[in-house]
Amino acid sequence: MKKFWKTTLAVAMTACMAMSLAACGGSASSSSTSSDAPAAEAESGAAEGGAIKIGGSGPLTGPAAVYGNAVKIAAEMAVEEVNAKGGVQFSLQFEDDKHDAEEAATAYGTLKDGGMQISLGAVTSAPGAAVSPLYQEDQTFAITPSGSSPSVIYADGEGMTGAYGNVFQMCFSDPNQGSGSATYIAAHPDLGSKIAVIYKNDDPYSKGIFDTFKAQAATEGLEIVYEGTFKGEESDFNVQLGDAQAAGADLLFLPIYYTPASQILTQADKMGYKPTVFGVDGMDGILGVEGFDTALAEGVYLLTPFVANAEDELTKTFVENYKARANGEVPNQFAADAYDCIYALAQACEAAGITSDMSNADICAAMVEQFTTMTFNGLTGSDMTWNENGEVTKAPKAMIIENGEYVPAAE
Amino acid sequence: MKEKKSIFGILMDNRHRSRTISYTMVAVAYIVLEILLKTGNLSSLFTGLLVPATCYLVAAIGLNLNVGVSGELNLGQAGFMAVGAFSGVCVSGLLKASVPAIPRLILAIIVGMLLTAFVGFLIGIPVLKLQGDYLAIVTLAFGQIVMNLIMNLYVAFDSTGLKVAFVENNFELQPGGKYLINGPMGATGTERIANFTAGTILVVFALIVVYNLIYSRNGRAIMAARDNRIAAESIGINIAKTKMMAFVVSAALAGAAGALYGLNYSTMVASKFDYNTSILILVYVVLGGLGNINGTLISTVVLFLLPQLLRGLQDYRMLIYAVILIVIMLVTNNEFLRTKASAFRRKKKA
Repeated sequence: MKKFWKTTLAVAMTACMAMSLAACGGSASSSSTSSDAPAAEAESGAAEGGAIKIGGSGPLTGPAAVYGNAVKIAAEMAVEEVNAKGGVQFSLQFEDDKHDAEEAATAYGTLKDGGMQISLGAVTSAPGAAVSPLYQEDQTFAITPSGSSPSVIYADGEGMTGAYGNVFQMCFSDPNQGSGSATYIAAHPDLGSKIAVIYKNDDPYSKGIFDTFKAQAATEGLEIVYEGTFKGEESDFNVQLGDAQAAGADLLFLPIYYTPASQILTQADKMGYKPTVFGVDGMDGILGVEGFDTALAEGVYLLTPFVANAEDELTKTFVENYKARANGEVPNQFAADAYDCIYALAQACEAAGITSDMSNADICAAMVEQFTTMTFNGLTGSDMTWNENGEVTKAPKAMIIENGEYVPAAE
Repeated sequence: MKEKKSIFGILMDNRHRSRTISYTMVAVAYIVLEILLKTGNLSSLFTGLLVPATCYLVAAIGLNLNVGVSGELNLGQAGFMAVGAFSGVCVSGLLKASVPAIPRLILAIIVGMLLTAFVGFLIGIPVLKLQGDYLAIVTLAFGQIVMNLIMNLYVAFDSTGLKVAFVENNFELQPGGKYLINGPMGATGTERIANFTAGTILVVFALIVVYNLIYSRNGRAIMAARDNRIAAESIGINIAKTKMMAFVVSAALAGAAGALYGLNYSTMVASKFDYNTSILILVYVVLGGLGNINGTLISTVVLFLLPQLLRGLQDYRMLIYAVILIVIMLVTNNEFLRTKASAFRRKKKA
């Protein structure tokens, strides 16, 4: 009997722990409605009036959660703003996919049950590639804020053939970033002539950019003297940096996310190795790394569609409102892309006269027509256009870090 | 005096009760779900969960044979699934033009199963001769190694034939060529040919294999080797061989499950089959009860569905999932409740 009470106590304590943790989390987000049964569809539909249902999935938990949450917050914000304008009305349902293809497919099922009419696709690439065929099958229009791999919009991602046709991208595709970087470096020989690359070869993002960078570098006649790789959560780059230095590289291309990049910069500084560093959009955020001496990032170039401290009115209001929602966090480019997605959808819906009682296939056809013909101005670029494969055309902005701030670099 | 039993009596006697219950559960679940599916009453969420659920069931049934019946801890079941998944995807991709979907699915599962069984056999040779927890250590390492190997593997085919490269993909594809496995990007553009019926058939196949093994001479030898190694050896049982049998069958079932899994998604990355997935399957087996196949069936389905059913809780769903796991552990291990439960069962029987 004693044992029984012991267990009961243990169970009760576990429950208490859960409750207290849940309480710490603060108020739950409200604008997304989640449901397991199709029955709930009618209820939420009635509550939202004639709103067009937008669905989306992204990693809200797990190691990639920062991207999913950024998209979710920015999308919720944009939906509220669009609704407040009084024109086309949206309602948003955003599901967790843990950056996992299996979970993304499950999240898709949940969204479909919830009556999704237009989708934000998936935030990250691998889950995006898994759900894109589902969007095509059901003829639901999708525009992904940040699923940058070509396999998100093409059935054959490597050959870039067999476009789904109804899945669009708001961000640059990985190949564009790689070739864009190579073109920029070739146009600015003062950056350096002997290039070393350190990339993460178990990450499709990093590998994808590197592959096209290498191909474009070959056509531009750039000299790559060293290729270093790392994987997983590695944090010691002395070997790669030593090799790069020994090869005489004076330009270091880092198509990686900012966390390993900050470690590379720190370790290069300790070695007394001072190449020019060139990054891509994953480098955005390096100034916010905890414990990182931002002085080391001085003079780092990066190619990014969005900078949070740009001076234009649109960016300023966006950053301010986002900070208010996200406990003072500065929005990254994922958030900006998501924000643009909602506004682009609103623009297209207005132009096409989409109403919430239309079928997904009709909406899809109208949206594809709009997106391939319209021009959109947003946070991440002006005069954006899309081709019939769903690829966006916008000018990448080269930035340089000076005095702890992003400054546009020489064109 | 031997009394003649009715068919029901035979089905429910000690030897057969467990499998009768298993097959009945699977059959009822299949019929109900299939009716719901055909009449369009099953939500999209559940429709999408059917095939992965059967995959995890098959892998868990296999693992129970290894961990529960044979008593050797295996921490690399996901690694075996990965071998089956990627070989199955390759087979399906290669035969896409020449073989229709259903035979291709069967072929892919068979190839995945055989290849995984062979890999399991190779690992088992040195390890299963040892006494102690060495299988756990080796399978743990195996899972990680396989994942990293596949992340660096490039397999493609075009008009000139099959091309394989490691670490660096240095081949130029002819027009119309296609990657089957593209390094860290995994298998992309896979045609989705897996379906619920195939999954259910695979579950039934796994049950038949495992039950026939458990209730055979070899199965008794496996359990004898688990319970008392010295006693089993003294009556002439070859310990390494019996343990190998359970291990290879377990690996083969994981391979079959993996192949089915791989052909259910258009993209699959190797990092999906990491240590966490191995542990997840082990959790299904342990919470269902070691050596208890019916328990495995129930716990796999419940624990697989739970995170999805908890989606309504939004941000707290993984937290609640963890809490539920802890509660199950505490409750099922409680002696008071266990004696109550067995007393209840005895009363019912009497």
